[in-house]
Amino acid sequence: MRRSVFTGVLLLALGFGIAELGAGTRNFTASAQQKAETAEVKIDNFSFGPAELTVSAGTTVTWINRDDIPHTVVSTDKVFKSKVLDTDEKFSFTFSKAGTYPYFCSIHPKMTGKIIVQ
Amino acid sequence: MAGREKDEIIHDHNGDGIDRRGFLKCMAWAGTGAFCVIKGGVLNSYSLSRISEVSTADMMGELSFVQISDSHMGFNKPANPDVAGTLKAAVEKINGLSAAPEFLLHTGDISHLSKPEQFDTVEQILKDAKPKEVFYVPGEHDVLNDDGKQFLERYGKASKGAGWYSFDKKGVHFIGLVNVLNLKAGGLGTLGHEQLEWMEDDVKHLKHSTPIVVFAHIPLWSVYPEWGWGTEDSAQALAYLKKFGSVTVLNGHIHQTMQKVEGNVTFHTAASTAFPQPQPGKADSPGPMKVPAEQLKSVLGITDVNYIQGKHALAVVDSSLA
Repeated sequence: MRRSVFTGVLLLALGFGIAELGAGTRNFTASAQQKAETAEVKIDNFSFGPAELTVSAGTTVTWINRDDIPHTVVSTDKVFKSKVLDTDEKFSFTFSKAGTYPYFCSIHPKMTGKIIVQ
Repeated sequence: MAGREKDEIIHDHNGDGIDRRGFLKCMAWAGTGAFCVIKGGVLNSYSLSRISEVSTADMMGELSFVQISDSHMGFNKPANPDVAGTLKAAVEKINGLSAAPEFLLHTGDISHLSKPEQFDTVEQILKDAKPKEVFYVPGEHDVLNDDGKQFLERYGKASKGAGWYSFDKKGVHFIGLVNVLNLKAGGLGTLGHEQLEWMEDDVKHLKHSTPIVVFAHIPLWSVYPEWGWGTEDSAQALAYLKKFGSVTVLNGHIHQTMQKVEGNVTFHTAASTAFPQPQPGKADSPGPMKVPAEQLKSVLGITDVNYIQGKHALAVVDSSLA
């Protein structure tokens, strides 16, 4: 008897979970159409592209290193800091607060970029 | 040059046009390392690629050593898929020198990604070199993720601060500097206050006639600041060396040989044993240059220095691996 109650609760929880997952996906799709929640910065030829990127709060920015030399993504104000990224490696950071976030490559400090969060 | 340009496109295996990766240049900057001979306080550097053109007399001095640089062990991109092989070729070149150098100087970027096995491989390959003593300074690729902690543990046991040190050989004072840490956004290489203070103190009591050899990874002169090829506070370091009659500065980082004389100071950069980089401003960015495999060794090298006591010269010469 206890077992079937437990199973029932489990199924119920699982049901909610699936429902929630479905809702989440719908929300994501809807919001993706209205505003991007993810953005990408490509690292190549010793530069960040785009060097200046404007996103809305909550956006996750992913840097991907397409260069044949390793680079890093380090916030000038110490908000975020990646490990060294070899070719094709990625680093992501979610910007929850509005503001301007300058960053650079700590190996090649002439490489600079900026994320503007609105 | 017109014919050469045609060749350049023929050898562009990736079909990516004449961008920096497909960019090929005359081999004027050839040389992987240098045989340095100090004669009477002045350092002469001979590129190992052209060492056969140097007379035995010119290679003799009070002191000689070889500078190698930028091994980038672990790099495996098309610019050179076999960096271990080209380092081994450099060692063979060193072992074949008629005037045996006393030691090796490695001016940084030993590894490509600061991985322990990359340092291990370089150490293993250099064990086959006749000179058994190797002096290192770190490149920015050797201090990734840990601010140089691993580098210090491996090579910096007798050093100060972040790994700087000095030593004397046959009356020549050598100073190894670290300018690849705490780099600031938009900036160049940095020595920092603590290291500069140490250096001022280090040279204070030396006689003005003492030949000085300074070695560091990033050039201590402004080669091309647009690509970060320079050191913010190097002028301060050089100011401490004004009183000396013979000062030689040896650097790596830019993967090509360059020389410049400024007053009492002679500046040299050594080529890489791994892959060449374009001449300043001659490409979009300073990334690895892809050259045809059969030409690669001619653009990689070692530097050899020889010193003769009593007279007044220090010569750095670069030679390529071919």
